[in-house]
Amino acid sequence: MGFEQILFYFFAGVLLFAATMVITIRNPVKSALFLVLAFFNAAALWILLEAEFLAIVLVLVYVGAVMVLFLFVVMMLDINLVKLREGFGEYLPYGGLVAVLLVIELVVVLNSPQFGLGEMPDPVGQAADYSNTRELGRLLYTTYVYPFEIAALLLLVAIIAAITLTMRKRKDTRYQNPAQQMSVQAKDRLRVVKMPAERKG
Amino acid sequence: MVALNDYLILGAILFALSVMGIVLNRKNVVILLMSIELMLLAVNMNFVAFSHYLGDTAGQVFVFFILTVAAAEASIGLAILIVLFRNRQTINVEDLDSLKG
Repeated sequence: MGFEQILFYFFAGVLLFAATMVITIRNPVKSALFLVLAFFNAAALWILLEAEFLAIVLVLVYVGAVMVLFLFVVMMLDINLVKLREGFGEYLPYGGLVAVLLVIELVVVLNSPQFGLGEMPDPVGQAADYSNTRELGRLLYTTYVYPFEIAALLLLVAIIAAITLTMRKRKDTRYQNPAQQMSVQAKDRLRVVKMPAERKG
Repeated sequence: MVALNDYLILGAILFALSVMGIVLNRKNVVILLMSIELMLLAVNMNFVAFSHYLGDTAGQVFVFFILTVAAAEASIGLAILIVLFRNRQTINVEDLDSLKG
C-alpha cells in the first residue's frame, strides 16, 4: 500500500466519521463543528486529486464563511433540542435501510464490468510548473465567461434576497424619505415677504 | 495508486449518509441544511475525481459553480430560518403547517 493510499483511506475515514457525527449528534453546534471537520478532510482529498485551487476555496469559503454563518445562526436561535430529537429512533431503521440500499446499489453499479471503471488508466501527474489556479482561471475567463457572470448575478440575487428577508422596520427608527427630500421646492422652505423699503430719517 | 472507483464509492457513501441525515433529523431545519451541504460535497467529490482521472479541467469549473450555488443556498436558507424563528419561535418542521388549510 503506497503512501497516497494510506493518506486517502485516512482522510476518507475521518470524512465519513465526521459526516456520521453531523447527522447523529444531539447538539447542532457540535454538528456544525463536525461539518467543518468533514469539509477540511474533503479539501485534503481534493489536494490528493491535484485540485489545489478548489481545496483552498473549500476551506476559505466553506469553513471560513458558510460554516461561521451556520454557527452564528445556531447560536442565535434558542431552540428546544429535546423536542427536535423526537422520532429520531423511530426513523433510524428506515433511514438506515435507505442509506444501505443506496450504497449497495451504487457500489454494484460502479464495480460492474459494463461501467468499465476498472480499466481506467491511472492519470499522468502534472508537471512541476503546472498551476491549477492559472488553468482554472484561464477556463473561467474564456470558455466559461458567461456562466461566470451569471454566477456573479446569482450571488447578487442571494445578497438581496437574504437582506430583504431579514430586514424589518422598527417603529422607533428615524429615517429619511429621499423622495420627499428631493421633491421639496424653495417655496416650501422659504417665504419671501414683500414690504415697502423703509426710509432713513 | 488510488483508483477512481474509491473516490466514487466514497462519494456514494457520503451521499447516502446525508440522505440518512435528512430522514433522521426531519424536525431540525438546521441539520437538514447541513445534510444538504454534505450532499453537495459528495457530488463535488465525484466531479473532482472525474476531472482528475479524465484529465479534463471542466469538472473543476463545475465544482466552482456548485460552490457558488451552495453558498447562495445556505445564505438564503439561513435567512429564511431566522425569519421563521422570529415569527414562530420554533424551527420544528412539524409546526410549519399553516399552508395546510
